[in-house]
Amino acid sequence: MVKFSFASLARQALTGHQGGVPQWRAAEPKPAYDVVIVGGGGHGLATAYYLAKEHGVTNVAVLEKGWLGGGNTGRNTTIVRSNYLWEASEAIYTHAHQLWKTLAEALNYNVMFSPRGVLQLAHSRHEEAALKRQIHANRLAGIDGEWVTAEQAKAFCPVLNIDPGIRYPVRGAALQRSGGTARHDAVAWGFARAASGLGVDIVENCEVIAIRRDAAGAVSGVETTRGAIATKTVGVVVAGHSSVVAGMAGVRLPIESYPLQALVSEPLKPVMPCVAMSNTIHAYMSQSDKGELVIGAGTDAYVSYSQTGGLHVASATLEAICELFPIASRLRMMRNWGGIVDTTPDRSPIIGKTPVPGLFVNCGWGTGGFKATPGSGHLFAHQLATGEPHPIAAPFALDRFRSGALVNEATAAAVAH
Amino acid sequence: MLLIRCPYCEMERPEAEFKYGGQAHLARPDPNAASDAEWTDYLYFRANPKGEHAERWRHAAGCGRFFNCLRDTASDRILATYKIGEPRPTVG
Repeated sequence: MVKFSFASLARQALTGHQGGVPQWRAAEPKPAYDVVIVGGGGHGLATAYYLAKEHGVTNVAVLEKGWLGGGNTGRNTTIVRSNYLWEASEAIYTHAHQLWKTLAEALNYNVMFSPRGVLQLAHSRHEEAALKRQIHANRLAGIDGEWVTAEQAKAFCPVLNIDPGIRYPVRGAALQRSGGTARHDAVAWGFARAASGLGVDIVENCEVIAIRRDAAGAVSGVETTRGAIATKTVGVVVAGHSSVVAGMAGVRLPIESYPLQALVSEPLKPVMPCVAMSNTIHAYMSQSDKGELVIGAGTDAYVSYSQTGGLHVASATLEAICELFPIASRLRMMRNWGGIVDTTPDRSPIIGKTPVPGLFVNCGWGTGGFKATPGSGHLFAHQLATGEPHPIAAPFALDRFRSGALVNEATAAAVAH
Repeated sequence: MLLIRCPYCEMERPEAEFKYGGQAHLARPDPNAASDAEWTDYLYFRANPKGEHAERWRHAAGCGRFFNCLRDTASDRILATYKIGEPRPTVG
């Protein structure tokens, strides 16, 4: 594995950038592994990396049906923040947030984490009250957050329209200065590269088509489009298909899958210095390092696996974006796509055991899993290596739907992403 | 946008006229008699298939009535719509 440094970059710059080499091994699947991770997105690759790095478990395969980061990792709007309401959520998203801060150094790969600030706009008195409650709860938990007036929000984000006469006027905003964005591809590639360097096999174009179980009902292996693989531990990290893959082992999950859309504009010079999001009109916007305005829309009303969505959903978001950010009105949108989000009844993830011994899931991150990528992988690796949940992940067990100990972020944080 | 045939109005109308109502044919168990597993299943677990899905829709901006619909969730193609009380049709 090539080690990146200032010297290596300078050497490449002076020699015409001709020294590119593959950053991870294209492994052939072996007949058996200690742990098989199904799904080569950010969460799955992070799980493999931390299994190898923190627990010394390196006889691991990551099986990806397409290419790395081609699912929801490559389809989301890359927002990172940690200002959730409940203590369990604060703990898990803060855990991830802390890892983001040093991830580039840890992976020796620039994941372009940019804590540029996240504004959550309030459009009504009630939303203002709810966001202030969230800020107070966050500050008790040591998470940075502050209330800013409409004028202060405008100073922070000059393209924001705070005219009180618009349909959803901005009353103020909750600002998390330590929130921001990261580069989705770099996250997947960085984790893949580091995991591969520690001995993990990363197998692309390898779809799992069945999960084998022994006479006692425990996992004994998986069947894939590239042959059967024996293993006693399978971690399913397949956002968008969690119900389908868990169903291969007869496990049902409290998940429904919906299309969520996003768009990017033509590239502009820097105009948008932060992330701004509005739960009321379900729109959010930031600017990528390439200059494109990255716009997130809402979900369609119905369950679907079609990785597309109704145009009326995207156009409703664009109408709102044009009113909140009038500069967007004459922009051309370059691409519009959909990803499938696995949502749980309480809008919190499911991490941990299933009723089938040896089968573990990390799923249900809904519309906002990207921000959790390193934390999710770190906690799930602990589960796979030790068989027991990490204390931070324990409240997110599948059993909470039976016990009633939900972590309800649906109503609490008016959670968008 | 889907084009949905309301079985009461007997017309194909745009999705914007309808509200989605979730999985169809769910029967509420008696909470006094149901086990934890049955009650959990009723509250939180839905079919979520990749393929044929029976679901409720309401013709909110039309006749206002609930009806049921079979839709392929992989392609979003609507296979059939039918009135409340009618059995789930078999689509070949």
